[in-house]
Amino acid sequence: MSTKLKDLAKKPQILSGGHRLCAGCGAPIAVRQVLMGVPDDVKIVVACPTGCLEVSTTIYPYTSWNCSYIHCAFENAAATLSGVETAYRSCKEQGKIKEEYRFIAFGGDGGTYDIGLQSLSGALERGHRLIYVCYNNEAYMNTGIQRSGATIKGTWTTTSPFGNNSYGKKENQKNLTAIAAAHNIPYVAQGSISHWKDLVRKAKKAFATDGPVFLNVLTPCHRGWRFPMEKTVEIAKLAVQTCMWPLYEVENGKWNLTVKVRDKKPIEEYLKPQGRFAHLFKKSPEVLAAIQENIDREWEKLLHLCGEK
Amino acid sequence: MNSLTKTAALVGTDAVAEAMRQINPDVVAAYPITPQTAIVETFSQMVADGLVKTHMIAVESEHSAMSATIGAASCGIRAMTCTSSQGLALMWELLYIASGLRLPIVMPNVNRSLSAPINIHCDHGDSMGARDSGWIQLFSENAQEAYDNTIQAIRIAEHPDVQLPVMVLMDGFIISHSIDRLDIQDDASVQNFIGTRNPTYSLLDAQSPVSVGTFDSLYGYFFEFKRQQEEGMSNALKVIQEVGKEFGSLFGRPYGLFETVGMEDAEYAVVATSSAAGTIRTEVERLRSKGIPIGMVKLRSFRPFPAVQLAKLLSGLKAVAVFDRSNTFAGNIGGPIFIELRSSLYELEKRPQIINYVFGLGGRDLSVELVKKAVSRLIDIKPNEIIQQNVYYLGLRE
Repeated sequence: MSTKLKDLAKKPQILSGGHRLCAGCGAPIAVRQVLMGVPDDVKIVVACPTGCLEVSTTIYPYTSWNCSYIHCAFENAAATLSGVETAYRSCKEQGKIKEEYRFIAFGGDGGTYDIGLQSLSGALERGHRLIYVCYNNEAYMNTGIQRSGATIKGTWTTTSPFGNNSYGKKENQKNLTAIAAAHNIPYVAQGSISHWKDLVRKAKKAFATDGPVFLNVLTPCHRGWRFPMEKTVEIAKLAVQTCMWPLYEVENGKWNLTVKVRDKKPIEEYLKPQGRFAHLFKKSPEVLAAIQENIDREWEKLLHLCGEK
Repeated sequence: MNSLTKTAALVGTDAVAEAMRQINPDVVAAYPITPQTAIVETFSQMVADGLVKTHMIAVESEHSAMSATIGAASCGIRAMTCTSSQGLALMWELLYIASGLRLPIVMPNVNRSLSAPINIHCDHGDSMGARDSGWIQLFSENAQEAYDNTIQAIRIAEHPDVQLPVMVLMDGFIISHSIDRLDIQDDASVQNFIGTRNPTYSLLDAQSPVSVGTFDSLYGYFFEFKRQQEEGMSNALKVIQEVGKEFGSLFGRPYGLFETVGMEDAEYAVVATSSAAGTIRTEVERLRSKGIPIGMVKLRSFRPFPAVQLAKLLSGLKAVAVFDRSNTFAGNIGGPIFIELRSSLYELEKRPQIINYVFGLGGRDLSVELVKKAVSRLIDIKPNEIIQQNVYYLGLRE
């Protein structure tokens, strides 16, 4: 199937409208783009850990999912889905079901980078045929903007506030995509909702992969990041253009830059429109330089890994 | 139906693994922990040898073991796990999810104390910590009962009026690692007895996709769901007895909510569970042979708690001693069985006096001598005596 917009627009919506996520939320955009990669003849089961997407799409007795769905707890979407996937293999082997199924988890960064990391690592190592998508909005947004392992240095959150003795979060974010890649699974990729074609292409690869897949997708949150709700996709695009969020994939161990950034924009262009960084511009310009330094270092590393240098 | 019986000598963990082989679950997700480990090892070998159709998930923690079991059971298939102690504690939040989702998961739990101090030996602190988690809990006295309970648990859990997970309990090391004589039924008889699972919903029903574990908030139905869950547990009282009776008629070993020794004419009774019942039975039978009117109640079903049935049985007795292999740390008010049993007797017109022996924590041995000491105090209780101390720590170095 093509990745032409007019063809993709004809695909039935698996996540239906009427869910209760905020207007301008990046998460459902990520979900829909990824699910555009579902092959036509295939059924899916979705698993969500606790988070915005979970609470907003399955308010009993309603559900926004036009497919089977399971929520178990916060830190265990990958383990739960590995049980579902194993049950499917058992049923298939016994001839109890005919349909082809794929299994996909959508977890926020809290449920993926932090509390769910062990469960994710276990599932990736065991080799289940499942796709784990992290919709990364760089903090615990469902509980009201607390810092996570995905939150970048200098960010204001309610648990990394700025004050007389603080410029916000002190630590750099962890590189979860590289951690997933270190499991030597067949396919790992980073995507952004601003680059839909790139993401849909990666999703298609994910669904075709016979083994574990990890996709890390940047999904800006205007409530937590403090920008106007109509700017979600624009902010995501700036993250890519500044190399804050590079788009790449690791396919069977081979690193490949999928969106090449020729004129890297200075990080200020990404940080300035977001209220979560406003204090840095007023009081801590040295942190802006430190963020830029980290981006430059990571970008250089990535270019080498991808054979671009 | 003629069931072929084979007599075997097995350690408790192998007896459970044998039951699991005969159940032949679709999925098992498990993680090793002493003293449960031997179940996982034996069963993994059975999978490796092609003796079962089971797909095994060797997970990275008990938390993931229960999570994967929940995911698998939500597909309408039979999924099992097993654990002990800290492993059960790590599963804690998921125990409530398994029962709240009404998933008929069967999990043997080899009873072991909870840290700290770390100790690998038997007490019931682990499963007692899960007593309000909505799981049915069946105690086993020996390897035979652990085997029988594991098989019956499938039928109880999957019964349409119950739809709740079942924990099969056996004492760590005392039963799990001791060789015991037991009767094993033939595979076909066990398969016939357990039948096939007929799920109400399945994630893998392509014609009728389902959302499992949805969000239910302030204006939702949470309270109603939880009330229904209590109903399932109440229904289990009847189902446990029906299944136990059918099991008995087929295999010659009937089961109920509890088992009694000499209760027809008893004036005193000891209430106990698990392997301790064997030691206590020896002393009770010795005293009975000397004409002392004492009996024993071996509690099999702790969840559901057979409050009405026990009250009826104990009404009019002079005194009852309850043996608890765990404590509640509630300020010296006794172990969980004692507290619940005493509450069950409250409405009785002819209420017996009641005392509690907390014993055997961290595997401390319960000798016949200790039981003698406890029982001599019991039969010494006078009808109108005001009991000053009703909780004793038996075998404690003081």
